[in-house]
Amino acid sequence: MSAVSVENVHTHDEHAHGEHHELGFIRKYIFSEDHKIIAKQYLISGIVWAVLGGLLSVIFRLQLGFPDMDMTWLKPLLGDWINESGKLDPNFYLALVTMHGTIMVFFVLTAGLSGTFSNFLIPLQIGARDMASGFMNMLSYWFFFASSVIMFISLFLKTGPAGGSWVIYPPLSALKEANPGSGDGMTLWLVAMALFIVSSLLGGINYVTTVINLRTKGMSMDKLPLTIWAFTFTAILGILSFPVLLSAALLLIFDRSFGTSFFLSDIYINGQALPNQGGSPILFQHLFWFLGHPEVYIVILPALGLTSEIIATNSRKPIFGYKAMIFSMAGIMFLAFIVWAHHMFVTGMNPFLGSVFMLLTLIIAVPSAVKGFNYITTLWKGNIIFTPAMLFAIGLVSFFVSGGLTGIILGNSALDIQLHDTYFVVAHFHLVMGSAAFFGMIAGVYHWFPKMYGKMMNSTLGYIHFWITFAGVYFVFFPMHYIGIAGFPRRYYQWSGFDTFSSYADLNAIITIAAILTFLAQGIFIFNFVYSIFKGKKATENPWKSNTLEWTTPVEPIHGNWPGEIPTVYRWPYDYSKPGASDDFIPQNVPFSATPESNLPEETELIKSEKEIEGIKFDTSIHD
Amino acid sequence: MKELTLQEPKPILTVNKWKFIIWLFIVTIIMFFAAFTSAYLVRRAEGNWTDFQIPVIFWYSTAVLVVSSVFMHLSYLAAKKDEFLKLRTFISLTFGFGLLFLVMQYLGWLDLQSQGIFLKGNPSGSFYYVLTGLHGFHLVTGLVVLLYAFLAARKMAVHSKNMTQIEVCATYWHFLDILWVYLFLFLLFFR
Repeated sequence: MSAVSVENVHTHDEHAHGEHHELGFIRKYIFSEDHKIIAKQYLISGIVWAVLGGLLSVIFRLQLGFPDMDMTWLKPLLGDWINESGKLDPNFYLALVTMHGTIMVFFVLTAGLSGTFSNFLIPLQIGARDMASGFMNMLSYWFFFASSVIMFISLFLKTGPAGGSWVIYPPLSALKEANPGSGDGMTLWLVAMALFIVSSLLGGINYVTTVINLRTKGMSMDKLPLTIWAFTFTAILGILSFPVLLSAALLLIFDRSFGTSFFLSDIYINGQALPNQGGSPILFQHLFWFLGHPEVYIVILPALGLTSEIIATNSRKPIFGYKAMIFSMAGIMFLAFIVWAHHMFVTGMNPFLGSVFMLLTLIIAVPSAVKGFNYITTLWKGNIIFTPAMLFAIGLVSFFVSGGLTGIILGNSALDIQLHDTYFVVAHFHLVMGSAAFFGMIAGVYHWFPKMYGKMMNSTLGYIHFWITFAGVYFVFFPMHYIGIAGFPRRYYQWSGFDTFSSYADLNAIITIAAILTFLAQGIFIFNFVYSIFKGKKATENPWKSNTLEWTTPVEPIHGNWPGEIPTVYRWPYDYSKPGASDDFIPQNVPFSATPESNLPEETELIKSEKEIEGIKFDTSIHD
Repeated sequence: MKELTLQEPKPILTVNKWKFIIWLFIVTIIMFFAAFTSAYLVRRAEGNWTDFQIPVIFWYSTAVLVVSSVFMHLSYLAAKKDEFLKLRTFISLTFGFGLLFLVMQYLGWLDLQSQGIFLKGNPSGSFYYVLTGLHGFHLVTGLVVLLYAFLAARKMAVHSKNMTQIEVCATYWHFLDILWVYLFLFLLFFR
């Protein structure tokens, strides 16, 4: 098992990449195995999906905010989904909500976020030439692409895309008669999701393997940037929970297409009993939420990791509580698997079981609060530099706190009886998971754009983008809390039948206007993104004066990331504003022997072990 | 080289990345089947559960798969000792027994159908077909991995200095074997 061999030591780096030759256009930019290209592919796919997902939400927001509006002007876009009297087709409304959820949760905030930043940052921050398996990585993207194409095609079916909400509860999703979208739309949804799961697993396995096996000399686990910890935990969550969704989806496929009765029982359609007997629809919910709950952490953890890095860099201060951050993320990861039934408090479950799940759910508040506290204490008395990335990162902390607080309310099984399936829930998860993860992703793009494209993004446009989006998100989701407490239910096409609820029409209208403005503001970002790729100001190697290894690569990292030998790591990634040091940052590859003026006594001790770290030789005799 | 011998670097504990990948892959399969078997238990606890006889042939197919695992181990040992003829024979035997297992599983399904247990119907039968079918599907992927190992062995690319491929292959095959034994016992005891 010892991976150290004294033979053929020096040749590895030079040899492996000396014979590297120029690839053709297709292998270089399309079927690429380079982690940086794959990351960009994920990012751009994610942005395209985000625009589409946002557009769908604007359409159903119009319906909710202005239920009596004449939508004939949307006919060129939506065709027959706008009926004769200029109203949105109610079934299409359900399809819109379903697709908005599916696209945003899976295609944007899982693939677009993890796919982009895990791929881009893991090799660069741990000091590796590429992922463990470039081929698997490429396969992962192209499975995602195939899945995207199928999901996209389903939008154009005559019977519409899946309409059973993103949680696809049977029997609604299992029976064609339940909803037009439960026919072919649902079939395509399931196929697309199966491919998506394969893609996620290929990606996740690769991320974990890379972090465990391909760290550079001296990069012990306690020197890893928090981003890498977050990506690793996310990948582990995916590896453990996505197979369960696949099993649920498979059983649903059997019920839909092969006549089994895993989830169906005692159903009558037009007075006729279906042959399916003995199934349990609640069983599906258990299987689904065993993935579904970890999935929300798959969405938020990478964003939290990116934020840790951005906040520490731009506060010019070491992250507060590095180990506490790791342990709180590990705690969140562990708890993620044992809280799923809090989504099912009103399914008639045993109240005692409900209390157990309530207790476990509320415990999640502890590691989450630790993280919130640590972000704020990192900012405390820092020399804060408000780059657009920093603003978005702080925005994430704000959403995480304000959305997290309502989680404590919803986690109580008794309160959930009132609040379940109201807009209060919608407001809660859009703040804590949706907007927070979205802000983390945007922050990441602003922060790492110089490394991705070698150009700087325009920060004035960044500030305008931030303030409109930040105010917009609160304008959209804050009023939803009030509507929800009042009992306004989610997933309803129209709720104007009761006079009591008509008093909330104006709030709904405000939400819609804010949503449209926020959506339009993203155009600023997209313009900035595309314009900066081509015409942006040239970036320097380390524009944010950051410590992690990716900033030691050339302005635009080449294939293999470092032209010469991979740098060796001697210190943790958060040596900002160290007393005694001449600069306010000391990159990870600067040895303690080079900074005697700022070393702490225990770090002076570590100078002795530097030779040892440099002497590490990785066994190159293992064939890949 | 000289300064290296003077200063012995500490060995680092690492695993070959392909071995690590195969173990993570195995973890995903475990979670996949864990989901099915726990769904099975939850559903079974609700009652309305048809009981049926498990065809005898599943006992024999289990034995066949265990034997194929033995051959897998023998081919691993042969590769370690650079005995190439033995290596190829044992890989072929593993493959053959794997194939035989699949045929026997199919015969088992026919047997179930003659008992009146179909994919459609009470979930107890449906689960039996789905679990055996999905294991069969994974076994087909195992056969593909074996085929690759066999082709590599013919090209003399598997030998005592290059054991990664055969080790990964053996790990996966033994896992599929253990997975079946688990499923078989599970389905036997929780009928």
